[in-house]
Amino acid sequence: MSIVTGYRRPYFETQPAYLFPPYRSTVKRSPSRPLVVVPHTLTEVTGPVFGYEDVQPTDSDLTRQHDGEPLGERIVVSGRVLDENSRPVAHALIEMWQANAAGRYRHAVDDHDAPLDPNFSGAGRVLTDAEGRYKFMTIKPGAYPWRNHYNAWRPSHLHFSIFGIGVAQRLVTQMYFPGDPLLPYDPMVRSIPDERARQRLVSSFDWEATVPDFALAFRFDIVLRGRDATPMESTRS
Amino acid sequence: MSLLTTSSQTAGPYLRIGMARFAIEELAPPGVSGERITLTGRFTDGDGKPIDDAAVEIWQANAQGKYAHPEDGQDKPIDALFRGFGRSLTDAEGRYRFATIRPGRVPGPGGALQAPHIAVTVLSRGLLKHLFTRVYFADDPANAEDPVLRLVPVERRTTLIAARTGGAKGAFEWNIRLQGVDETVFFDV
Repeated sequence: MSIVTGYRRPYFETQPAYLFPPYRSTVKRSPSRPLVVVPHTLTEVTGPVFGYEDVQPTDSDLTRQHDGEPLGERIVVSGRVLDENSRPVAHALIEMWQANAAGRYRHAVDDHDAPLDPNFSGAGRVLTDAEGRYKFMTIKPGAYPWRNHYNAWRPSHLHFSIFGIGVAQRLVTQMYFPGDPLLPYDPMVRSIPDERARQRLVSSFDWEATVPDFALAFRFDIVLRGRDATPMESTRS
Repeated sequence: MSLLTTSSQTAGPYLRIGMARFAIEELAPPGVSGERITLTGRFTDGDGKPIDDAAVEIWQANAQGKYAHPEDGQDKPIDALFRGFGRSLTDAEGRYRFATIRPGRVPGPGGALQAPHIAVTVLSRGLLKHLFTRVYFADDPANAEDPVLRLVPVERRTTLIAARTGGAKGAFEWNIRLQGVDETVFFDV
């Protein structure tokens, strides 16, 4: 019963370091000591289990959470959650949040001089199906300035939080839009050393998923860590 | 076919928008068996300032040492009312809070039992990747033989141990410090 199959480490240079000074907040918010490498035990390969009772159908349609419709360009965002071994991750809880079409968050500390939208909260959640598929209907978020450095702007993005099978698979990331001219200027994107890994955070225009005469669509597939090939007795090299 | 893990990005300062729905500070409704405890503390940055825009997530076994998860094949009872997941969004003082039950012991490497512990994940603006750590309980004799705690340099182990407070019965305090002389030990999981 103590035999668990651990997860492989992410491929080199696909993940940001904790300290990345161009993103100023990391300077005081990154650990200064090396992390302690630990084996995967039952604690790390298990994690919270969510079910369909945890999400409402309206949770995945951010355009239908108020009496009126939000302003902005309606979009479908869909894709699959897979692991590195190409296996679908079923019943994964995805939480998503975003700015409105004007680039403003419904949050007390966002004082960007752009209008709030009374018909848009900017939060959704969905559970992946048996094939790992998910789908949101929302509006395209606007870019917005932040105070990281002079004239700093965040490219349009959606925040994603994903619970996989075990806590070792937990992932929080951001999805970007193809062709956004702000991407090369963004410290968040540039914190990822590998250029191909950066590009995988950029969704692709998804003609097949468009809703004719109603909404354009973007595809964003998410890959969580994969299991080691063989079970091991909670030891890792 | 082999894919590569999607890159992590920070949860940013507005995580509350997306994460408030599953903020779960009380994990154990009436009827869940086990010793009732509270776990609170402050999350602070390299200047000792409170981090007021973070999420602290916990994952734990029930009082019998069984996870509510299909991969836990131990012959121990599941507590139907206890999922074992908590999330607290920090307040203006950087404080998180949980009311839960003290977890039982779960197996570790080689089948030896681990000391009672709770897995902790922290997310916030400024963290490009979430951080993993664990919290153990003061005065638990099993701590001395815990296989994960023993990987931590002796002088830093205290950063992973919640202290009993002088207050209510079962009240534990545990602070999370990102930097400094008593910087919390974080794990490469």
